[in-house]
Amino acid sequence: MNRKITPYVLVLPAWAWLALFFVVPIGGMLSLSLTTGNVVTGFQQTFEVGNYATAVGTYWEQILRSLFYGACATLVCIALGYPMAYWIAFRGGAYKSTYLLLVLLPFFVSFVLRTISWRFFLADNGVVLGTLKNIGLLPDGFAVLNSAPAVILGLAYNFLPFMVLPIYAVLERMDPHLVEAAHDLYSNRIQAFARVILPVSLPGVFAGVLMTFIPTSADYVNASVLGGTHNTMIGNVIQTQYLVNNNYPIAASITFVLMGLLLVGIFSYARALGTEKVMEVHA
Amino acid sequence: MNRRSDPALLRGLTRARLTRRHTLQAGGAAAAALALASCGVGGQQRDPAEDGNYWSDKERTGNLRWANWPLYMDSERTQIQQFTEATGIRVDYKEDVHEAPSFFGQIQPKLANGDDIGYDLMVLTNGFELAKLIELGYLVQLDHTRLPAFAEYAGEVYQNSTFDPGNKYTVPYASGITGIAYNPEYVDREITSLKDLWDPEFAGKVGMFADPQEIANFGLLANGVRPGESTPEDWEAAADKLREQRDSGVVRSYYEQDYIQPLTTGDLWMTMAWSGDIYQQNAEEGTNLKFVIPDEGATLWTDNLMIPYTSKAPVDAIELMNFLYEPEIATGLTEYIGYISPVPHAQEVMAEWADAESDGERAEALREMSESSLVFPDEGDYQKLHNYVALPPDQQGEFSSLFQAVTQS
Repeated sequence: MNRKITPYVLVLPAWAWLALFFVVPIGGMLSLSLTTGNVVTGFQQTFEVGNYATAVGTYWEQILRSLFYGACATLVCIALGYPMAYWIAFRGGAYKSTYLLLVLLPFFVSFVLRTISWRFFLADNGVVLGTLKNIGLLPDGFAVLNSAPAVILGLAYNFLPFMVLPIYAVLERMDPHLVEAAHDLYSNRIQAFARVILPVSLPGVFAGVLMTFIPTSADYVNASVLGGTHNTMIGNVIQTQYLVNNNYPIAASITFVLMGLLLVGIFSYARALGTEKVMEVHA
Repeated sequence: MNRRSDPALLRGLTRARLTRRHTLQAGGAAAAALALASCGVGGQQRDPAEDGNYWSDKERTGNLRWANWPLYMDSERTQIQQFTEATGIRVDYKEDVHEAPSFFGQIQPKLANGDDIGYDLMVLTNGFELAKLIELGYLVQLDHTRLPAFAEYAGEVYQNSTFDPGNKYTVPYASGITGIAYNPEYVDREITSLKDLWDPEFAGKVGMFADPQEIANFGLLANGVRPGESTPEDWEAAADKLREQRDSGVVRSYYEQDYIQPLTTGDLWMTMAWSGDIYQQNAEEGTNLKFVIPDEGATLWTDNLMIPYTSKAPVDAIELMNFLYEPEIATGLTEYIGYISPVPHAQEVMAEWADAESDGERAEALREMSESSLVFPDEGDYQKLHNYVALPPDQQGEFSSLFQAVTQS
């Protein structure tokens, strides 16, 4: 076969897949977001741009809250995930794979079940709070469940491996001689980390942020299982509009608003971080 | 592991690939234009008038597929065995209904196409989904000459519902009360009123339902309005009342159907609740939760048997409907599920069973149940029980949005 054509042939299934299961449905969703009507009489294409105004006007609070929760959860993931990845990559020794397996282990349990078990964990009189209350470290009325911190913790917990794995992948492939060279050039441990290890690991962090921020911002399970009043995320609204109200146009327009915001956010983040440059250097 | 999370791959996720991206963009635009041109989702209404002679050419098939809610019949499927014994009809019983909206979402596209949904008989709660099914013409009009047991034994309340007048399309399977449940371990006074749900003394310990209709009913009743006769102004006022409750910090969260566990562990002290849930919890776990019908009133909801128009065994289905109204059968069903039977006579039968039972434990359980006002509400209770707000589908959106704005804050 012609060498030039081969790569295209190889990529064809992926393209077909994308076209069939991403481009076509998303085109349909876009079309749906501009319709008016209801499930009984059907939805007519009227190019009703007002759906977007309604979506943003009614749900701006939930949209902003979702981005905020997503950002918080991502930060928590970095704070917890980076040291974890660092330790496994540099100190894991012969047991690296075991440690990685441990990081992934929660994934063998269903997402919803994992989240529900946090309910038992965070219950007012449960294993954690109940014990702390019994020994007098917390006041009796103290509660975490059904609050913003509970939702953010749940999100961070559920998506932590998506942060650990890319950072680990970068650190693990890093040439240890780079660190030795830094020490040879009289840098102390902190300087070696800040000027050598951290820059090298940034593409991993960047990928980790993408893989946690996007799904956490759009998540609805954590807010509905662990949240209380004033904790609704935009995913919950979309689910309700779609499944409960059968208001497909509004559900679709919120989806596109969220997608647009995430794309803008990601691209400005990439630009601000100069990731392209970081990656070129590393490559 | 290393290969799979190769940074080069991850980089590919984030890095511009100009030529291919442009190609993809062009393709995407073309697809979008196509989709836009093909317009929205067509009207899905069916004309039920076509069904004038629906029953004339239908015959028994001997096989019936039935979709019901989980835990709505004992695991031996006693009533089905009795039905098969009596009629020879085999029943494929599936516990496939978990949530009315998502079940509706699952069957609606098939019904719109006229395709078999996989069930000949199903059970759904009175509510917006049922109203939509009726409005869309997706349910078979029942032939009441085939339902003699229903005519003879169904209680008066169950033959006069607001959601399906004259039982044109549905007959009740079981009913329940939405009232207030509380845990006396934490609440040291007797709860009698909806006002208790607004009491700041219980800040952060009160649960409310997320379902727009359920919570609307409580807001309306708290304002002294009967849900069945409410106007859009009443809805606004009820939403305000509920918003006040939420913003005062009384409400912990809005629950779908997972309020029992927090109520037993003390995360919730008091909550909106379904009568049968509390009855079952106390009977099976030995807890001492209290359930009350508040002075201002509560609501009575009904799960109903109905036949989709795509049913392959409507005759078998309607025979089963009728069979479930035989008092002995209804009593057996009630003994297991602990919800209200549409057959009031079941109370007497249950008391008789209790007298005749030699096993002391079961006799005790039967006696207790036959005397429970949660399972057999008396006249006074029924006086305080209201029907839901009955709404045509074109008003449901407005109604739901009003109350979702409260629960999805």
